[in-house]
Amino acid sequence: MTNATATPAKKAVKKTRRIDAQMIPTIAAVVIFILMMIMGQALFGTYLRLGFISTLFIDHAYLIILAVAMTLPILTGGIDLSVGAIVAITAVIGIKMANAGVPAFVVMIVMLLIGAVFGVLAATLIEEFNMQPFIATLSTMFLARGIASIISTDSLTFPDNNNFDVLSKSITIIDQPKLSHDLYFNLGVVIALVVLVFGYILLHHTRIGRTIYAIGGSRSSAELMGLPVKRAQFTIYITSATLAALASIVYIANLGSAKNTVGVGWELDAVASVVIGGTIITGGFGYVLGSALGALVRSIIDPLTSDFGVPAEWTTIVVGLMILAFVVLQRVVTAVGSKK
Amino acid sequence: MADKKQAEEKNNIFKKLLSSNITVEVIALILLVLLCTAFDHAFLALSWNDNTGGLAGPLITMLQESARYLMIATGMTLVISTAGIDLSVGSVMAVAGAAAMQALTNGTNVWLAILLALVIGLAVGCVNGALVAFLGLQPFITTLIMMLAGRGLAKVITSGENTDASAVAGNEPLKWMANGFILGIPANFVIAVVIVILVGLLCRKTAMGMFIEAVGINPEASRMTGIKPKQILFLVYAISGFLAAIAGLFATASVMRVDVVKTGQDLEMYAILAVVIGGTSLLGGKFSLAGSAVGAVIIAMIRKTIITLGIDSAATPAFFAVVVIVICVMQAPKVRNLSAELKRKRALKSSEKAVAA
Repeated sequence: MTNATATPAKKAVKKTRRIDAQMIPTIAAVVIFILMMIMGQALFGTYLRLGFISTLFIDHAYLIILAVAMTLPILTGGIDLSVGAIVAITAVIGIKMANAGVPAFVVMIVMLLIGAVFGVLAATLIEEFNMQPFIATLSTMFLARGIASIISTDSLTFPDNNNFDVLSKSITIIDQPKLSHDLYFNLGVVIALVVLVFGYILLHHTRIGRTIYAIGGSRSSAELMGLPVKRAQFTIYITSATLAALASIVYIANLGSAKNTVGVGWELDAVASVVIGGTIITGGFGYVLGSALGALVRSIIDPLTSDFGVPAEWTTIVVGLMILAFVVLQRVVTAVGSKK
Repeated sequence: MADKKQAEEKNNIFKKLLSSNITVEVIALILLVLLCTAFDHAFLALSWNDNTGGLAGPLITMLQESARYLMIATGMTLVISTAGIDLSVGSVMAVAGAAAMQALTNGTNVWLAILLALVIGLAVGCVNGALVAFLGLQPFITTLIMMLAGRGLAKVITSGENTDASAVAGNEPLKWMANGFILGIPANFVIAVVIVILVGLLCRKTAMGMFIEAVGINPEASRMTGIKPKQILFLVYAISGFLAAIAGLFATASVMRVDVVKTGQDLEMYAILAVVIGGTSLLGGKFSLAGSAVGAVIIAMIRKTIITLGIDSAATPAFFAVVVIVICVMQAPKVRNLSAELKRKRALKSSEKAVAA
């Protein structure tokens, strides 16, 4: 078993040396993901089952969306701490509206618009009033969470027969006698994958994407080159906030209920996914595909820790240590790179 | 002639007072108190409580609550003036409180429990400091990790429960720290003020404060002048962790119970707010401990106002967020330029008038 895992890892490292030293964190994430899957399979025997992989994607579709959302600001060296709180406020408002009999389609549009409003607010504070991104989004985070708890502090559930079910209805591809061997997905997963493709195209095939990387490299150089930095910044924060609202739609459709405390700490999960996926926290380098991979690594931590019998309290510590390890790794890699 | 000079001097002092940030803060504080008095006529009432041996009244409970804000705001001021941030203060409070409460229920001596809490807070602060200073990680990402991992640590210490140590015998010293009185004034407020003064003396009577500001303006330049920026950075995060642990003791000892989720929740925001109100720039390089201290009292007063006015306490974070946004917008160069522009235009107009006359 160990031989089998060591060889592909070695090969991968060899390849990166030829390409780019900054790829090392991403490669490390791939290796860690494979190791975790194999370890889970070897010890508990359920991790490579199709059913497990299906639920992994379905339960964490929202995290993939959040990871894509968080990639944009982090690529410019900023951060969006408000994503978790935007999930909370849109979830509370969405379910309230659905209970009032508003059609699901309208509810979703309103939720996305609320997300966009918070994005506009954050971007205005950052760009027009020179606030640091993390202070600006920290205040929109408190604003969103505060408004969410003003609206309701109860646990809200969807009414029966709402059209949100469409998103969470599972579609089976491979049907086998045991549910745990089925391969299935739902529209939420499809949305997450579409968002991923959207993020990839935005970053690698549009001018805005190029500007985003340029800002992360050096903002003043980007401005001197005449790139539309301000417009890019607005796009980034509005996109990330709207995607957070989309993540909220996918999440509440899947779960069927929400509370004003939903999404506490998700900003850290999103940051973890992005950082594990190889995006440099100071900006300028990274990929959105890596972030999706990071989201998978993050989401496999939960079943692993519970299978190992580690108390749930430890999860945040494990995630924290993991981010720390990756940030330090990035730091080392960039330090070595700059010495060359 | 002499009268005129005196009047001018008076005028100068008056102007200085007006332009000082602290004056504005004190006025804001008085306005808040007046607002509360208007709603609740008994707000200013003070009475002597023979059971506790101290004053009692809404203002006194406000001061009691402000002690914890004073602690975290002081630590945050030092960190922010090095152009950093410490988002982990709330979680450190929870960790320290959890450690003290858990130690007490396990039968540890109360003084040892207090010491343990302080040492843990200091240790977390040192970890933050080491990561920021020696590894060169960004402050906000380091302390953000610590903010969430710290909450996990608090849960691990109490095994996920809200440990209650109110029934433990021999917890009086800790209880007194949070609820006791010195000469009729809340003990925790007195302790907090003394600590703030000590930190202030350390910063302003030695070169420490100048070093911190130098690091905040330009770490590289400060290194060339012979300051050791890494040590200074390490020190400010360590101090912040230590002070947050004291705040955690205040917060948990008042009810002798730690709530692993709610103790210290959102308090990093309050601390940042107190610092910003106090006139310390978030970009670093300049700080005012006195400003932050009055800022911390204002935070406690705002919370009291929200309760007195009968606003739903769920609205508190949203309310604070709005205040932070407004203050930061007012500090923004764009708005400041705008007001300067207005002043110049007014001056031009008046000079035009003078010419015409």
